[in-house]
Amino acid sequence: MQTQELARGFADPVLEAQGVFRAAMWALSRPGQPQELTVDLVPPAPLSPEAAALALALCDYETPVFLDAALAAERAVADFLRFHTGAPITEDPGEARFAIIASPMELRGFSAFAQGSPDFPDASTTLILQVAGFADHGFMLEGPGIKGRIGFGATPLPGDFPAWMAANRALFPRGIDLLLAGAGQVAGLPRSVAIKGA
Amino acid sequence: MYVAAKGGEKAIRNAHKLLAKRRRGNENLPSVTLEQIASQLSLAVDRVMAEGSLYDTHLAALAIKQARGDLIEAIFLIRAFRTTLPRFGASQPLDTGEMLVRRRVSATFKDLPGGQLLGPTFDYTHRLLDTSLAVADQAGEVDDEANAAPALSDAVDAASKMPRVTDLIGAEGLIEASPADLGEEPFDITRAPVSFPVDRATRLQTLARGDEGYLLALGYSTQRGYARSHPFVGEIRFGDVEVILDVPELGFPVSIGEVQVTECQMVNQFKGSATEPPQFTRGYGLVFGQCERKAMSMALVERALRWAELGEEPGAPAQDEEFVLSHCDNVQATGFVEHLKLPHYVDFQAELDLVRRMRAEASAKSAADEMKEAAE
Amino acid sequence: MSAMPEISYNFAYLDEQTKRMIRRAILKAIAIPGYQVPFAAREMPMPYGWGTGGVQVTAAVLGPDDVLKVIDQGADDTTNAVAIRGFFEKTAGVATTTATTEASIIQTRHRIPETALTENQILVYQVPIPEPLRFLEPRETETRQLHALAEYGLMHVKLYEDIARHGHIATTYAYPVEVAGRYVMDPSPIPKFDNPKMDDCPALQLFGAGREKRIYAIPPYTSVRSLDFEDHPFKVQRFAKPCALCAATGVYLDEVILDDRGGRMFVCSDTDFCNDRQEQGHRGEMAAPAGEAA
Repeated sequence: MQTQELARGFADPVLEAQGVFRAAMWALSRPGQPQELTVDLVPPAPLSPEAAALALALCDYETPVFLDAALAAERAVADFLRFHTGAPITEDPGEARFAIIASPMELRGFSAFAQGSPDFPDASTTLILQVAGFADHGFMLEGPGIKGRIGFGATPLPGDFPAWMAANRALFPRGIDLLLAGAGQVAGLPRSVAIKGA
Repeated sequence: MYVAAKGGEKAIRNAHKLLAKRRRGNENLPSVTLEQIASQLSLAVDRVMAEGSLYDTHLAALAIKQARGDLIEAIFLIRAFRTTLPRFGASQPLDTGEMLVRRRVSATFKDLPGGQLLGPTFDYTHRLLDTSLAVADQAGEVDDEANAAPALSDAVDAASKMPRVTDLIGAEGLIEASPADLGEEPFDITRAPVSFPVDRATRLQTLARGDEGYLLALGYSTQRGYARSHPFVGEIRFGDVEVILDVPELGFPVSIGEVQVTECQMVNQFKGSATEPPQFTRGYGLVFGQCERKAMSMALVERALRWAELGEEPGAPAQDEEFVLSHCDNVQATGFVEHLKLPHYVDFQAELDLVRRMRAEASAKSAADEMKEAAE
Repeated sequence: MSAMPEISYNFAYLDEQTKRMIRRAILKAIAIPGYQVPFAAREMPMPYGWGTGGVQVTAAVLGPDDVLKVIDQGADDTTNAVAIRGFFEKTAGVATTTATTEASIIQTRHRIPETALTENQILVYQVPIPEPLRFLEPRETETRQLHALAEYGLMHVKLYEDIARHGHIATTYAYPVEVAGRYVMDPSPIPKFDNPKMDDCPALQLFGAGREKRIYAIPPYTSVRSLDFEDHPFKVQRFAKPCALCAATGVYLDEVILDDRGGRMFVCSDTDFCNDRQEQGHRGEMAAPAGEAA
């Protein structure tokens, strides 16, 4: 029998969690403007270091986590997250506080995730989407946190993504929020952002 | 020429030095020990543990000493410490039927299995100042009254079981059953925000750490016609109960220690309907330590808050869940009341300005009216 | 009796689980501007009503590289500001400052600094009563519904009744605002003089109400509109005289009573702003001549 060593978590849990949170906070405060995210983690594939850092900083026993098919297929991923965060792994996206998506192209929309209620719109899922990289074109974004309007893009994203974002915006104040984790960066797309065509 | 007053930092430092000096009191007297507080002011310690939501006599005694005997301040100190402690999980429900009973009285039955046990109580004492206590005892000495006690055992034999009165009348179906343990971890008001309406666990937790005086007044109001519920003390018991924790890693439950609690089961007016035969209802109180007044008040208020579930008319203060539960925490209450001491001069300036402006406008208007009248 | 436990506290006092809980609330608050996110506020080692909400938000956000400024009534040297600044110096060892321009996080009670804030700053407000509708409807169950339905008629009625009775909107502080066109929000008890500074502000604004267990936020560059009426537009207070120490105009002034014969002067409530101007040589009518300033 082969025992696999569990990948380690933050070397300095207090300060690293704070740094990752601050990056996520600025990312959601400045939608579509990628923030630097320094990570020193080697999580089990296909979980990316940036997505792993966000999960370690934000999840714990109070936050059920949903994993997409690519992540759920690797047992080591769930083991890693459970060990370092204590978060329960759920198969029901509707009860997940966080959802980690390693293959955005496989995503079929946002509606299966928790949308919050009119009374408690905050009780919705935050999606952590693993992407390869960001661009300053693709879509135009407007809304709180953006001075005027800006261009934003990320790859890979499914073709229906702008339509899903528009539908999500129409639900406001209900809706999901997105953190896009790219190489060394994190970008935020909160529900308040309005996405226009290129 | 004007130089603005400064020196907040120095003022605070000096105030704290003065506080320490007053706390120490007369330096020619020995400093009161935590052991003395814990053993001779044990009811104060119990109240601090109950409303501080932390069962630790040593820390409660320390808090009382540090707070110069101000119990709400002591409760605050305990809470601020408690909040930093890690949470390991929820224990199994305490089984008060298995209590090592130190006191047990029932007002509903003259005698009952296990008997009435008065225990250490102020009940039936004559409230006459006892000047013999004014003389300091040396260690090992006890006053006359206490001297007569050593032969008395403090608790009943653990072997003699004392069934709860509510279980006895419950066996006949005369009182509503207490809610079944669903095995779920209860809502924790210290770890998640409360939203209304609340469930039973949230209601009981909030009341259990609520201010004794506040609950006493609200409970009292139900006796004077504001949500009358015809209460009888089914039973009050005080004693030691084991706390048992399921440890998933071990696979079996372990006892992690004993706590002293006071439980009050209030038996209240009966209720029947087309589908259910008449039954007594219950109000429940459970508090750390020997806090009988608090447990009884809690039971009265708990019962009053159940009006909707029992199909009663609302309208009394003690029935108003949002009002009762939002204001029963004395640490919150004292903080917000006392925050009025903080500077508010920016807002006061805004009000001053508005009042002056409106007065100027009013006097200008009346002057104009007078002119007009004079002209007419 | 149990032995006395060893007591040691985490960086910035709060334990990591509590920080994560607060951080999650902050992220949701940013995503839903002006909406009050319920959070499980902890007991803090300072009383409720004395800034426990602001302190928890600051503790959850704060990192070792931050430079913290704390003000109360606009001033750095008011006793509660001193106590809170000392708390973070002790528990987090962070650098502190009184200069608005040097701070990365500014915790405030009742004021927004006069110096314009910038993109990399975070303004943390201490909030006593976060619910703008609370004094019109005391029940949380009711106000929650009103927010869900964006039913803010009550608030307009209240403001209009003021106009009918006094000829003015009689709310001078904690003046309600509408954030990003959706939620009506209590800006905390800042004088309405400060309300316009919230609109389209480059800094991130976070609000913490500890006793009431709510966190809310205004992201940078977000529209914040003070409620008003076409025939009674929103107006801020104006002062007849400049600051008696630095001669600034267009700033918020505190009234200082000088004697018992009606003598009074008006000085900047923002002490850092006022000191800066005096250092630059600006002199009000009551100021010491240049070079002699204390």
